[in-house]
Amino acid sequence: MIKASKLAYEYIRRDEEGNVEGIVRAIDGIDLDIKKGDFVAILGHNGSGKSTVAKEINAILEPTEGVLFVNGFDTSKEENIWNIRQSAGMVFQNPDNQLVASVVEEDVAFGPENLGVPTDDIIKRVAFALEKVGMTAYRTSSPNHLSGGQKQRIAIAGILAMKPKCIVLDEPTAMLDPNGRKEVIATIHELNKKEGITILLITHYMDEVVDCDKVIVMDNGKIVMHGTPREIFSRPEEVKKHKLDLPQATELAYELRKDGLDLPEGVLSVNEFVDAFVSEYGKK
Amino acid sequence: MLRDITLGQYYPSQSVIHRLDPRVKLTATLLFIVSMFLFHTFVGYIIAGICLATVIIISKVPFKFMMKGLKTIWFLLIFTMFFNIFLTSGTPVFQWRFITVTKEGLTTAAFMGLRLFFLIIGSSLMTLTTTPNQLTSGMETGLRWMKKIHVPVHEISMMMSIALRFIPILMEETDRIMKAQQARGADFEEGKFMDRIKALVPVFVPLFVSAFRRANELAMAMEARCYHGDEGRTSMKPLRYARRDGIAYLLLLLYIVVIVATDRVVLGLL
Repeated sequence: MIKASKLAYEYIRRDEEGNVEGIVRAIDGIDLDIKKGDFVAILGHNGSGKSTVAKEINAILEPTEGVLFVNGFDTSKEENIWNIRQSAGMVFQNPDNQLVASVVEEDVAFGPENLGVPTDDIIKRVAFALEKVGMTAYRTSSPNHLSGGQKQRIAIAGILAMKPKCIVLDEPTAMLDPNGRKEVIATIHELNKKEGITILLITHYMDEVVDCDKVIVMDNGKIVMHGTPREIFSRPEEVKKHKLDLPQATELAYELRKDGLDLPEGVLSVNEFVDAFVSEYGKK
Repeated sequence: MLRDITLGQYYPSQSVIHRLDPRVKLTATLLFIVSMFLFHTFVGYIIAGICLATVIIISKVPFKFMMKGLKTIWFLLIFTMFFNIFLTSGTPVFQWRFITVTKEGLTTAAFMGLRLFFLIIGSSLMTLTTTPNQLTSGMETGLRWMKKIHVPVHEISMMMSIALRFIPILMEETDRIMKAQQARGADFEEGKFMDRIKALVPVFVPLFVSAFRRANELAMAMEARCYHGDEGRTSMKPLRYARRDGIAYLLLLLYIVVIVATDRVVLGLL
């Protein structure tokens, strides 16, 4: 689905006369291989290059070095742009700054309208997309009256109406309250399971990562760790070295183990923690 | 709440006028405005008045609501009438020291007043019965032919609809910035007029910065959703003429013919 080899991107800072002032290598030779139907999370602290990867996948940025194939299309070729953007939709961080129309259904229709889909088909797609994100009841409302989580679901519906194979979400929950965050994460999990859409979730909330198939940790433009969430969080020191937190339950188990308690590595959720703790110390 | 403000002054209802194609309403408003300058006798005003009144009754918009539109131009109306009354030369009817009121002055003032009144009522009738969204799409489809003379019709209407979406957001943001500054001691309510204007400068700077940032992000989001101008673009709700729109066009034509014809006849008689 998404294949990259030795992908690199450089931001070039120029002064007023256009002379090069400095070059920032935002991503530095990364290899990616994301399969169809995967739910992959990219983790990294600010400035680790994770958002740049998202923009590369959507062909908003062109690779400086290396190659990137999305759904079989080379992102460095101008003529592939629209195919790439149709097959890999993108949801951004700020829910307000990505909705175009002042009526929900018209906003969802924006993507298919751009693709030149016939009217009857647009209506079907909009109804389908709104149903999938559970926002059918708000079809004719104004986005200004919705909560952040609802707006973000509308943004997802807008992408869904373009029938993408993959959705890239660039910190979709960063500006939401805990409830909105839950809504959005539940929605994308459902899309992944029921519609088989490949999800690439870029985030810095560890608790959202726990249920993913695969986690990629980035630091300084490089991929520094990758594996299943359990594999990643079984190496707490390494995660912390890259300025990332651990999920709450993992953190607790880690601290307790440091103090000599006998708990397994890679505890991911509260339930797992309780089970592990009870089976070890419950009888005493 | 600021986010509840609606642009324009749409009055929701299910009347025939509301359901008319926005292109019909745009054309009608334009022709009505033009028709105001096509006649020279009082008969024209009577006909235009009757037609306008009929449309208002059909539209089910309360007259009180219509008068709101007049509030802003009240001053202009009085002003125009005032100058017309006192500064038109002709046969005097009333004289006191240097003030002369002439017969011609009174009639032109009455006619000018009525004309302005009709213009405002006529155009606010359109905004009252058409949502801003309908208006934009009406303009886009109705003015498509202007693309041939290189007028970026699609781009203009896209800008209008984005503006409609973002005005409430930016209003809210202004409110937030002002509150944040008030919390740190800024004073927007006291002082001389100029001082208050100056106090607003620090509000507008962050507002502009954030507006540009939003514009940048929105442009990226639009591109990510395959926006590439109107080439090969389709629409979820394309405008299609119904029978009532045809009838409306016919009535409009009839109105123009009647108003011009009666004016000629009456002018001949006088």
